[in-house]
Amino acid sequence: MAHTAILDHSPTQAGEQSAPALKVRGYWASVVYRLRYDPVTLFFGAIVLLIVLAAIFAPLLAPFDPYRESIIGRLKPFGWRNHLLGTDELGRDLLSRLLYGGRVSLLMGVVPVFIATIVGGSLGIVGGFAGKSVNTAIMRTMDVFYAFPSVLLAVAISGAMGGGITNGMIALSLVFTPAMCRVAETATAQVKSLDFVEAARATGAGTFTILRYHILGNVLGPVFIYASTLVSVGILLASGLSFLGLGVRPPTADWGLMLSTLRQSIYVNPVICALPGAAIFITSICFNLVSDGLRAAMDVRM
Amino acid sequence: MSGCDRVNAISPAPPASDASRDRGGPAQPLLIARDLRKHFKVQGGGGAFVRAVDGVSFTLFKGETLGIVGESGCGKSTLARLLLHLLRPDSGELVFDGDTVAEMRGISVNALRRQVQMVFQDSYSSLNPRMPVRDTVAFGPFVHGKGKAAARDIARSILSRVGLDPDLFGPRYPHELSGGQKQRVNIARALAIEPRMVILDEAVSALDKSVEAQVLNLLRKLKADFNLTYLFISHDLNVVRYISDRVLVMYLGAVVELGPVDEIFSRPLHPYTRALLGSRPSMNPEQRIEEPPITGDPPSPIDPPSGCRFRTRCPFAEPVCEARVPEPGAWTDRASHVAACHIQVPGSGHSQAVAAATGGNA
Repeated sequence: MAHTAILDHSPTQAGEQSAPALKVRGYWASVVYRLRYDPVTLFFGAIVLLIVLAAIFAPLLAPFDPYRESIIGRLKPFGWRNHLLGTDELGRDLLSRLLYGGRVSLLMGVVPVFIATIVGGSLGIVGGFAGKSVNTAIMRTMDVFYAFPSVLLAVAISGAMGGGITNGMIALSLVFTPAMCRVAETATAQVKSLDFVEAARATGAGTFTILRYHILGNVLGPVFIYASTLVSVGILLASGLSFLGLGVRPPTADWGLMLSTLRQSIYVNPVICALPGAAIFITSICFNLVSDGLRAAMDVRM
Repeated sequence: MSGCDRVNAISPAPPASDASRDRGGPAQPLLIARDLRKHFKVQGGGGAFVRAVDGVSFTLFKGETLGIVGESGCGKSTLARLLLHLLRPDSGELVFDGDTVAEMRGISVNALRRQVQMVFQDSYSSLNPRMPVRDTVAFGPFVHGKGKAAARDIARSILSRVGLDPDLFGPRYPHELSGGQKQRVNIARALAIEPRMVILDEAVSALDKSVEAQVLNLLRKLKADFNLTYLFISHDLNVVRYISDRVLVMYLGAVVELGPVDEIFSRPLHPYTRALLGSRPSMNPEQRIEEPPITGDPPSPIDPPSGCRFRTRCPFAEPVCEARVPEPGAWTDRASHVAACHIQVPGSGHSQAVAAATGGNA
């Protein structure tokens, strides 16, 4: 039989593997490699870094005490008596307040996302991997939270618990957890059905070993990308809460709160009133664009 | 077991541990499956079941390659997963080298998985995309208690045994490999924990013909090197003929014929086997097939026909085929050739039934 004759040749693997030694990179190294050639992400990443550094080093950078009021110097324009960005409705230096306000806003953007990633992510992985009744119990509970619009839910929770940074962060964490859980659950269920998980089971690996070595690495990518998009939502929601008087309390410097109190002065000095809003906008759009770039760099056909 | 095992005789380097693991001796079949059944509940089907595997029995002797052939959806892959307990059988019994599996006084599923490994069809999805090849291969030994360094050493040696340079390919990720290379990694992964039996579920079906030939030859060589027993599942009759010692033909979740490879291909007993062999494209354009060897689609496994499952498509179907389920004759050894067909059973009531003298067995 002709077919058999062909098969009877001794194995010649030369054609299959004579390729020259190509440079082998790990996964994260390859992500960094691709990011290096993405100028948009690099640019906005640099801005995010600047904003974060400015918030961290606010006490060193701020030209004035952000809480020192002045009856005469209210709502003054840019550059008035060394107030680079003018003053607010109580005569406080706006630049200093913006720098300090970034601390609260970034904190309220990042911490709830972090908590939601840990809690929602683990719940989702457990649910997605266990399947059946465990999955139903977890996901239906999360669906209850989904029944409310996220802003309404955040307002309701912090309204019930009272204002303040801590309560605001708890509220935002509760808002983000179901979404995070759903992303992790979907990714886990998808990976779980692939043959390599079955192959790992066939080698006799236990559930935790499979979770640790085979599931986690494939689920963390999507979870991480989703978390990075949530940061900007978190900043916006936190500002919204403060604007409604449910977040931080005056006189704490916070972008949302500043927007709320400056709102009354919009006919007196509209440019100054717009500044906190601009800070919120720039920060959240930079986070968004960076997470877009991250997604593109991490989403490799593998 | 001095030289009784013909594979041992030609093996250049039999693993040292093998003799100690051979509990039943060469005469004891490596794996006996008795009346395995797996029915899947149909989602929203009102209690209907898909009879994916419906009473399959066979024996796998030590050192042989048993080919399993059949159309898509006849339960080949489900059977493979039942044998490894990746799916739990609804009923039936597995006996591995004299020990029942997952039963009292038998061996555990984990002990079975130490000795039986599987290579999957989809070489892409059966490798973790986030894991370098050497870690994938080292995973098995690592799970079985070897240290990380020792597991990597094993991975290196196995990779070179399957024809991949461990320095060149070990650190690579699956997407940096060709289909043939990926399947070699899958084979290496299966062999890394020194199994005695490997289930190859359509292991070469997705490969190019030239690469398929290389991998088949590699499998032959590894079988001799590691003293393995293969269960080779495929829909490609030529490949099965090339690699198998015996062939099992499945139709709609049941065994229709079982026998030595040459017997099956030269003297098929069951009408379905004949149709299956007749469906192969001819290599000679002068002898092209003019008539379809078989017509229609297989009936739904949710509600298989009564009596003989093949009767709805069988040219020899008679009332007896509808009334009674034909039982394959009893097989006794490697040379047995049996078919589940009333024609092969003397006095079955079928008008063409063979005379009692020749019997069902060859």
